[in-house]
Amino acid sequence: MAEPRIIIVGAGPAGVRAAEAVVQAGLRPTVIDEARRSGGQIYRRQPDNFTRPYEKLYGTEAGRAKALHDSFDALTGKIDYLPETLVWNIADQHVWTASGNIQQTLPYDALILCTGATDRLMPMKGWNLAGAYSLGGAQVALKSQAVSIGSEVLFMGSGPLLYLVASQYVQAGAKVAAVLDTSPSTARIKALPDLLALPSVLWNGIQLTRALKKAKVAVHHGITPLEIMGSSETGVSAVRYRTASGAEKMIACDAVALGYHLRPETQLADLARCDFAFDPATHHWLPLRDQDGRASVKRVYLAGDGAKILGARSAEASGKLAALAALADLGRATGNGEMIALRREVATYAKFARGLATAFPWPAHQAAAIPDEAIICRCEAVSAGDLRSVMRETGAVEANRAKAFSRIGMGRCQGRYCGLAAAELIAAVAQIPVEQVGRLRGQAPVKPLPIAIGEEE
Amino acid sequence: MMNAASDVIIVGGGLMGSSAALFLRGHGLSVTLLETDLIGRQASGTNFGNVRRQGRALHQLPLANRALAIWRKSRELLGTDVEYLQSGHIRVCYRERPELVGAMEDYADKARHEGLELELLTGNALRAKFPFFGADVLAGSYSAMDGHANPRLAAPAFARAARRLGAAIHENTKIVDAQKVGEDFHVTAEDGRTFRAPILLITAGAWGNALSSQFGEPVPIVPKGPNMSVTEPVPYAIHPAVGVMTPLEEETVYFRQVARGNIVLGGSTRGPSYPDQYRSYVLPQNTLSQLKQIRRLAPALGKLNIIRVWSGIEGYLPDSQPVMGPSGTTSGLYYAFGFSGAGFQIGPGVGETMAEVIAKGSTDIPMEPYQIGRFATAP
Repeated sequence: MAEPRIIIVGAGPAGVRAAEAVVQAGLRPTVIDEARRSGGQIYRRQPDNFTRPYEKLYGTEAGRAKALHDSFDALTGKIDYLPETLVWNIADQHVWTASGNIQQTLPYDALILCTGATDRLMPMKGWNLAGAYSLGGAQVALKSQAVSIGSEVLFMGSGPLLYLVASQYVQAGAKVAAVLDTSPSTARIKALPDLLALPSVLWNGIQLTRALKKAKVAVHHGITPLEIMGSSETGVSAVRYRTASGAEKMIACDAVALGYHLRPETQLADLARCDFAFDPATHHWLPLRDQDGRASVKRVYLAGDGAKILGARSAEASGKLAALAALADLGRATGNGEMIALRREVATYAKFARGLATAFPWPAHQAAAIPDEAIICRCEAVSAGDLRSVMRETGAVEANRAKAFSRIGMGRCQGRYCGLAAAELIAAVAQIPVEQVGRLRGQAPVKPLPIAIGEEE
Repeated sequence: MMNAASDVIIVGGGLMGSSAALFLRGHGLSVTLLETDLIGRQASGTNFGNVRRQGRALHQLPLANRALAIWRKSRELLGTDVEYLQSGHIRVCYRERPELVGAMEDYADKARHEGLELELLTGNALRAKFPFFGADVLAGSYSAMDGHANPRLAAPAFARAARRLGAAIHENTKIVDAQKVGEDFHVTAEDGRTFRAPILLITAGAWGNALSSQFGEPVPIVPKGPNMSVTEPVPYAIHPAVGVMTPLEEETVYFRQVARGNIVLGGSTRGPSYPDQYRSYVLPQNTLSQLKQIRRLAPALGKLNIIRVWSGIEGYLPDSQPVMGPSGTTSGLYYAFGFSGAGFQIGPGVGETMAEVIAKGSTDIPMEPYQIGRFATAP
């Protein structure tokens, strides 16, 4: 029998550990990744000619980052590695890839999707101005290119990344104007029992807050973002917000990093026709999977933040677990004991993630207050007012209907950045639970595909 | 339970059913429109959006002209903008098929008698006027009065206009049974609701056969999915809709630019669709063949990216003509379905014509080619 073909999409923590497990089983997987270098987002590697040490780049996670990079480098020659390659569609047990204009169609016996996450964003007035970035984008600028997004950067939103990126900016010598967190500080106390599932990670988090305090960065909790101020010519000039006690304040800055934790990248699971379900704790629609990562569709496995936001450590465990599940399903004996240990590990991370969701809740209620003139869908320049007036005229409340009538989520990101907030806004206007608004149907290509694809030179 | 009766029940809330509902209200008849899913979600909402008369069978042109008159007044009629642009349509043929130039000339001569003016242009003349055309383009036929509109908006706009005039519109109402009991049709939904009317109009697209079969009139309809893509927005510069005339399905390709700037692409091999699941899929190989054909037709578009593909469920009949008109077996029963991937432009004309047939008993529009009886097997 021919050797089973295992394709892993993504070379972050989940993808690397999945590939390693497959190689250890004596098989040669194909690893496809959009990035130029392995590591994913959190352990993103700097360009070849940059020489910053691990400690500087990854802080408390330096050891894990180095271990992951070393593990991937050790797989050289034992895997088929396709960097800078997009999987743009999945059909009939094949993945369809694009690298520049080169198109390939690769068959699989097992497909392990380790597609990671992007920032979860809540639109607000001015978030489309020059100088307004996502937290992830601000981190990429620093990690990959060693540049700050501005000379006075304000961090706003919620979630662990808010503190991590702010402290990384402080450490890199950038001026941080303030950290504005929408979560009330009391939420953290409520979350404590779950957060204690990983005392060392909790400790790291506390250290980040201390480092910000030591650097005399103002940190405010329980705020309500009102507006990113500025002009289309000169970009961001200030942020206006309401304090926990209700006072309106303004802080000058020339850049804003905005984000509310992360959202999973699930388009490939969608194109593979996996079933999804609404997760009330996070308000995400997640592809269904069993405890080892088997999707509802045969031969498809899901791991890492692309399946559910459980963090990088969990991604390493769930990546390996999904690979072991795939190997077992392909008749390659694997250690059952190891799978049991990995499941237990993932369960611990899941408990911690639940704590994070409690400590840094997604401010769904903010969507209702987005002013009419604020842009919701940046790709198609659809404002909150446009969406509200389309709803008034057409009565549309289902996500795909609202998209068809208003163009919201119809642009090049296909609603990945605005879809969640648009659904919350629709739910608020229609006064229905957000899960009744439904989920935008994913369509190929996952990212823009050149019309010149497959063109002969 | 029995719901309130009406003069007419329409099953199928696509463009045909929605526009028929509107025009039936104009004749003063009470209307109940039943739609399995949401208005205009399948063929009516996912097609290319061509408001194109040229290229249609000559016997369809009176219907197409009638539809054009409605498109031209759509904004006033519907009270909303469905992005209708009378910006022209160009149909071209390739060097590899020189015989099609004669066919184009012949069609233009005959179409003129039906009120469709076409201007024939050489490839060079076309390229001078529209520099995006590739070297393979041999000749073209330009229809100034054709154009395009937004299919996502059209059928729902007709349905809302019908509702404002008093039509009862029930979405998410899947019909599982229809039969004639005495003078009335009893139409039953999956959830048990029953609707009653002396007249029944089936405008159920690819699902039409399931209902016509209940009245002893099966038709050999085949569901297929159109192969659609759209580019990122670029400055609005291409006004006419453009399509290729060819006998090969794979070579068939067409595009139009919307005022927002995106270029909508359609054509090449159609994909599978699954009417039972209300889903259809664009196969990746069909996207690639479509992009290859677009590069041939308009090489300049090769510099752009597509950002999304989609499909829907269309019902195709063997002669590419719809079933339209009264039933051959059951009085009070009418059909308008199976438009074979070419129903969007004529849709409002179909609605107006069916309303006329139902309300007045006759129409000047030729209907013989569309009789359902043409599929009856000899007794």
